[in-house]
Amino acid sequence: MNESLWPRIEPLLSRVEKPARYIGMERGAQQPVHRPGVVSWLLVYPDAYEVGLPNQGLQILYEILNERDDALAERAYSVWPDLEALMRPRGIPLFSLENHLPAGDFDVLAFNVSAELVCTNLLNTIDLAGAPVRSADRRPEHPVVIAGGHCTFNPEPLADFVDAFVIGDGEEVVSEITEVLGAWKRAGKPTREGLLRELATIEGVYVPSMYEIEYDGPVVASIAPRYPDIPAVVHKRTVADLADWPYPKRQLVPLIEVVHDRLNVEIFRGCTRGCRFCQAGMITRPVRERPADQVRTMVREGLRRTGYDEVALTSLSSADFSGLDGVVADLVNEQEGCGNVALSLPSLRVDAFSVGVASQIQKIRRTGLTFAPEAGTWRMRQVINKLISEEDIFAAADSAYSQGWRRIKLYFLIGLPTEMDVDTLGIAELAKAVVEVGRRHTKQATATVSVGGFVPKAQTPFQWFGQNGVDELQRKVDMLKGALRGSKAQMRWHDPKATFVEGVLSRGDRRVGAVIEHVWRSGGVFQEWSEHFAYDLWMEGLAVSGLDPEWFTTRHRTENEVLPWDHISAGLHRDFLWLDWKAALAEHGLPDCRWTPCYDCGVCTDYALEHVVASAVPPAGGSQGTGQDLSRGGEIPVRFLATKPVSSVPVSASVVSASVVSESSAT
Amino acid sequence: MRGDVGTAVRVSYSKLGKIRFVSHRDVARAFERAFRVAQLPVSFSEGFSPHPKVSFGLALSTGYESRAEYLDVELAIGEPSDEALAVLIGSVADALPDGLAVTGAAVLEPRTPSLQEAVEAVEYEVEARSVDDTVRVDAGVVGEALEALLGAESLMGVRRRKGRDVVDDLRPALRRLSVVGDTPLGVLVHLEVITRPRGARPREVLALIEDGSGRGLVEGRVVRTHQWIERDGARWEPLDESGARRLGLRSVGQARRTVADPWAPTASVEARAS
Repeated sequence: MNESLWPRIEPLLSRVEKPARYIGMERGAQQPVHRPGVVSWLLVYPDAYEVGLPNQGLQILYEILNERDDALAERAYSVWPDLEALMRPRGIPLFSLENHLPAGDFDVLAFNVSAELVCTNLLNTIDLAGAPVRSADRRPEHPVVIAGGHCTFNPEPLADFVDAFVIGDGEEVVSEITEVLGAWKRAGKPTREGLLRELATIEGVYVPSMYEIEYDGPVVASIAPRYPDIPAVVHKRTVADLADWPYPKRQLVPLIEVVHDRLNVEIFRGCTRGCRFCQAGMITRPVRERPADQVRTMVREGLRRTGYDEVALTSLSSADFSGLDGVVADLVNEQEGCGNVALSLPSLRVDAFSVGVASQIQKIRRTGLTFAPEAGTWRMRQVINKLISEEDIFAAADSAYSQGWRRIKLYFLIGLPTEMDVDTLGIAELAKAVVEVGRRHTKQATATVSVGGFVPKAQTPFQWFGQNGVDELQRKVDMLKGALRGSKAQMRWHDPKATFVEGVLSRGDRRVGAVIEHVWRSGGVFQEWSEHFAYDLWMEGLAVSGLDPEWFTTRHRTENEVLPWDHISAGLHRDFLWLDWKAALAEHGLPDCRWTPCYDCGVCTDYALEHVVASAVPPAGGSQGTGQDLSRGGEIPVRFLATKPVSSVPVSASVVSASVVSESSAT
Repeated sequence: MRGDVGTAVRVSYSKLGKIRFVSHRDVARAFERAFRVAQLPVSFSEGFSPHPKVSFGLALSTGYESRAEYLDVELAIGEPSDEALAVLIGSVADALPDGLAVTGAAVLEPRTPSLQEAVEAVEYEVEARSVDDTVRVDAGVVGEALEALLGAESLMGVRRRKGRDVVDDLRPALRRLSVVGDTPLGVLVHLEVITRPRGARPREVLALIEDGSGRGLVEGRVVRTHQWIERDGARWEPLDESGARRLGLRSVGQARRTVADPWAPTASVEARAS
């Protein structure tokens, strides 16, 4: 192991922005000791420090690996361009934050890929570590490149650069990978091919070089393993019970401000609300609640250890946690004495119950209130299966404004399947109506409307949908801006061009790798950042690679088309997803299976898993998921797959296409 | 920080090593977290969003180290005994990140002026060097240049203040400038500057000295060594030695930690301080 690079890095830090990004030293940071035979992991979040540091997945693996005798883990984040420009001419490689060691000296570079647009940073990081960016060019002395995170549920765009992907929860599989790597290391690191083949036999590990992809023109014709011992389909890993994994135990406390700068305690993983646009909900099933007592302990000890004055109870829909009001009441009472600790609940369901919980919280300190109705009309919300009634939304708003909030944030998607202008404009109507509700309580009532363009994701019912193009999304943004002009609702929106590129990466196949490499080689890094985002480089890369961006984005897929991620499974049966897609087009909702009978999406049955939910009944308040007023969305059979004759519904992709066309021509 | 209900306490600390890259504001946040970890009984302001009653002294530029930083904090308790204060402040010291070390603490007299109001002058040790690593800066030349600066009537120049370029005179801020010795990459310079009405930053002073190839000197490592309160011809540090010694805190935190002091205090600077 080489010596610390710190003496070479330090003189450069006075010349860069936010130099504390590169010093480590956070409370909770470890100082691993490198020894022969110990597998060294460098865990990398390929974005800026202040975005990457809070990532819980990375912190969990950091602790699990450092607890092992045969492994150690340090961290790195993408180096901001100002420092990189000083490092490259001096030949200084990427370094770890704990010991400031060269990244190339680690056995593994393990990336968390949580967003599509960070992919060029992933290449840049491998390169800055001194290793060839393409997997095929790396030799045994180079680090093994591993990637995990939600984006790896379609790993193909990164397949040429990553040696092995981890699909699903990482808690258990990192240890299995460590054991294989340890044996390889002790054997003197013979060929990479042999190592990769062995890694490919670990459940949940996908080694792209072990699969042959055949194309028929633009179409993926087949995906087949090269060897008989390689699985035809790689299934995700799932930890059965979060109670066994009370991590992070020592959450990192950064010395500079970062996003989500607070104690974060994951209260459950997985979500079965069944929102059809939501990849996170689809790929993390089933619901696994952390025991309430463990939540209390993790909050109490976390606050005491970190000195944070804010704690967030995180999940995909916090108000669905069994007995949330009880946990919150306890925490509030406990904190009231020493005061000034804020509790926040990201991803609140939209209803009065949620606001009730939130108002309990604001006794100690008020935080922002954000709701995500996602769509502006009930019909649209039925399509996406986010079954929030207007009554719920207005009740939530009334409750919030009456209890002292002056501004609430509302999140929406545009470009959803079957969306018509009346749906898009419904966003403005809804926002204005919410402000009107607020003005009954305070003249200062305002709302912030955040609008994102919808990007269909792999492993969801909308994976067959042709997304809106740049012009169409821009037209809708402009239409909404017009509709909200002069109102008390402020609007923010995501760049439709970024949405488009995300679409290419989200559902691209292996050939998109050449585009990523082109953008990176042309200097396109930090593409998540609007000031760095380079749309033209992406279009140039697609053209140079002979790829049609529309093929990956605006084109509707057909039922029997081979999807580039068909060999990766989140446990959801393809026919379940297809039927759910057809039900979406028919504007049919689907209840939450944690409180209603199983409709057999495939996850629990195939993986022998069960929901871990403390309460057998839905939480108080709100219409969502209770199944009660689904009737407004049409007849919803409990045994959806078995009994509903969905085939009677107009379902073909061409119908959707026609509706999009007619909508466009209507304007 | 008048200590009407609670007890105002002044804490001195050093900031040495890698943590020099953490901004003044983020150091303040680190202290506030350490107070909570240590369960220090800090007074909070009233109102909609209560905040701890802590005030930090003169800001230290990001990248600078210091052996002489101070903060005042109001505790929501009556005046503690020396032993009790040592325990309270000692537990804060344990909760601080590496490189931030508490060096002393004492209860303030009522109506003690704030650090911002009281500190009149500060001293630095600055490594002066050429921006070009191959140019070796000569101690004799730098010494003469420093004397020339002190001899000048005025030193007008364009300086960046609060994000804007401002033309002002640096000369009134300069009090003492001298060469201490050589460093591996340049010359170690001692600066004493006043803080009001307008201070001078070490890098602004160095920029006025040529490196021998037509460019201004730049700073390497910078350590703030003293802050001075002055009145009626006398001067003293915001937390005098006796206050710290009384609490036995001179070495709190430091003994446990492994942060290297970049340069041991030089004889000349020590002599002036005592």
